[in-house]
Amino acid sequence: MTAVPLAHVLVLAGILFVVGLVGVLARRNLLFMLLGVEIMLNAAGLAFVAAGSRWAAADGQVMFVFILAMAAAEVAVGLALVLLLYRRRGNLDPDAGGGDA
Amino acid sequence: MPELIWLMPALPFAGSLLLLFARRFPPALAAGIGVGAVGLSMCAAAASCAFFLFSPPAGGSLGVTLWSWIDVGGFAPRVAFRLDALSLTMVLVVTVVGFLIHLYSAGFMEREEGFSRFFAAMNLFIGSMLVLVLADDFLLLYLGWEGVGLCSYLLIGFWYGKPENGRAARKAFIVTRVGDAALAIGLFLIATELGSLAMPEVFARAALVWPRGSGPALAAAALLLGGAIGKSVQLPLQTWLPDAMAGPTPVSALIHAATMVTAGVYLVARCNAIFSLAPAVQLALAVVGAATLIVGGVSAAFQRNIKRVLAYSTMSQIGYMFLALGVGSWAGAVFHLVTHALFKSLLFLAAGAVILALHHEEDMRRMGGLARRMPLAFWTFMAGALALCAIPVPPTIAGFASKEAILAQAWSSAQGGALLWGIGVTGAFLTSLYTFRMIALVFLGPSGPQPEKRTGAAMAIPLAVLSAACLAAGLLGFPKVFGGRPVLLDFLGSALPSGISTEADTRTEMVLEAAATAVSVAGAIAGWLLGMRGRRISGTEQPPAVLAGARAFFAGGWGFDRVYETLIVRPFAWLARVNKSDAADLLPRGIGGMSMRLSGFLRRSQNGRVRWYAASIAVGSLIVIALAVLL
Repeated sequence: MTAVPLAHVLVLAGILFVVGLVGVLARRNLLFMLLGVEIMLNAAGLAFVAAGSRWAAADGQVMFVFILAMAAAEVAVGLALVLLLYRRRGNLDPDAGGGDA
Repeated sequence: MPELIWLMPALPFAGSLLLLFARRFPPALAAGIGVGAVGLSMCAAAASCAFFLFSPPAGGSLGVTLWSWIDVGGFAPRVAFRLDALSLTMVLVVTVVGFLIHLYSAGFMEREEGFSRFFAAMNLFIGSMLVLVLADDFLLLYLGWEGVGLCSYLLIGFWYGKPENGRAARKAFIVTRVGDAALAIGLFLIATELGSLAMPEVFARAALVWPRGSGPALAAAALLLGGAIGKSVQLPLQTWLPDAMAGPTPVSALIHAATMVTAGVYLVARCNAIFSLAPAVQLALAVVGAATLIVGGVSAAFQRNIKRVLAYSTMSQIGYMFLALGVGSWAGAVFHLVTHALFKSLLFLAAGAVILALHHEEDMRRMGGLARRMPLAFWTFMAGALALCAIPVPPTIAGFASKEAILAQAWSSAQGGALLWGIGVTGAFLTSLYTFRMIALVFLGPSGPQPEKRTGAAMAIPLAVLSAACLAAGLLGFPKVFGGRPVLLDFLGSALPSGISTEADTRTEMVLEAAATAVSVAGAIAGWLLGMRGRRISGTEQPPAVLAGARAFFAGGWGFDRVYETLIVRPFAWLARVNKSDAADLLPRGIGGMSMRLSGFLRRSQNGRVRWYAASIAVGSLIVIALAVLL
């Protein structure tokens, strides 16, 4: 089995990161922005895994496990916050202005 | 004895402070404090004079160091006074004339607004003047020098309600400041070159370090001369004195005739060791004096205001003193200073009595025939006038004695000559001319207005005493050829080097003095005729345009004011107007404006939009990574 070249994986990770970033920047809904952040986290995780396999080191996988755990925590807290915000304000637009609606 | 020395200036200062901080004194008490402080100071001066004469101190001078003023890096000016023949003479003049004028002011300034303010400033003046003449350190002398300048400003502008009085005060202050700046620079030069400002050390080291006619000696002497010119109203800084007559008449008598304006003469006489090292500057002294003598004399003959005549006359008489200093007659200059202080203050005070009696009328054309109505003012004025003209009518020989001393020296000394003597004699002619024109206009001729009241005792006593003093002062220095003994000149000889004169033989001297006296008498007659005639035609006849122009030119003091106005005042005012928004501030203000604009720009990034922040973070990290990778 031929190994996938590192460059390919990194390009994929970069594309994923940009997709996530564009999601964060372009969407005006907090829920989708949160999704964008998840995609960016996974892009970083992919880069770690690829790098770990390239140098045959365990560090990359360890880092990915960390990221996974952190992403889970983030989603748990973030979704709860988004839910609360929606209940309070009736929308999820971050630009809709401050103050309790 | 040392206590007496510092008491002299301390008493007037104390009086001044008392009057300054307790403004609500009744006038009688204020006058008492003001006159009393100077009177006590005069007693101290008289006592120290007695001590000085009866038990002469070793070396002819008596120093007292009160404390060390500063002590920084070897530069240690002291607050020290020194009493020698020169400063003793000056102290006596200042306190005696000062006391008499204070007494006179108590009468003259009655019912004036700001009575105690007046005496506070007058006392401050006497104190500063005494510090000036007693100082044994140039820095202390400079303190007194600026102190008298300040008091001059305060007192010229005493009636500050009128804008032109304030203007005159500012003019006096600013014009003398030009000279003061020169003096200050001269003192810096002395301090850096000779390493000290204590007078004995300076004079001793100057003679050792500076060869005769060397650069630093010339520069130091020229700068000191600049200071003396400013204070003593010599060309070209003479324009402030006529305007200074805006002040009350006693102020003109005390500050602008008897004492402050002669401070320059004192300074040069005191620094004779430095001036002797700079023959070129000494020549300049004589030239400046001679020029001022003529300019002032001619201007005085064209004035209509009685006080302005006296002001130009003062200028011209101080020109005599400078002439004397220039030809090396140090003691002669100081002798003339003394007699001038007496007779000129007498003239001012008598004129003041006339002015007050005529409700502050100063225009001579509206006076006349006052000889019979104000006999005291007339006779005392006459005594002063004869002294001023150097006509030796027996009771008033002061001016004669001192002027002859100067003229004889101008003729015979190495630096003098027939030319300077001739100018001096021309000046004597002019002096008699304007003096007798003034007398004819004010006291003789048809009766003018009726004087309001009799001169009070407070004003009469100083007039009488000063008239007597004119006689006494003349006896102190009556020329040898007439069997007199120049006591004062000999006395001053212990502090001032005698001129390097080749003693003229008796016959020449007699002839010269006779010639000078004849010229004075001729001038007096011419002036009398001019005054009587001037009254008859005044107002009825229009003089031709050329004559009128010439008259305006001379009456305005030879157009110096206009030249300065065009050359200095207007360009300066223009510059100030152009620079009203302060070009020098452009840089700091530009920096401020730039930061404001930059902050306004950056402030826009703080918009509260979280997606913008995210984008900025992304772009920022991109840039940082790019830099890290590429560089």
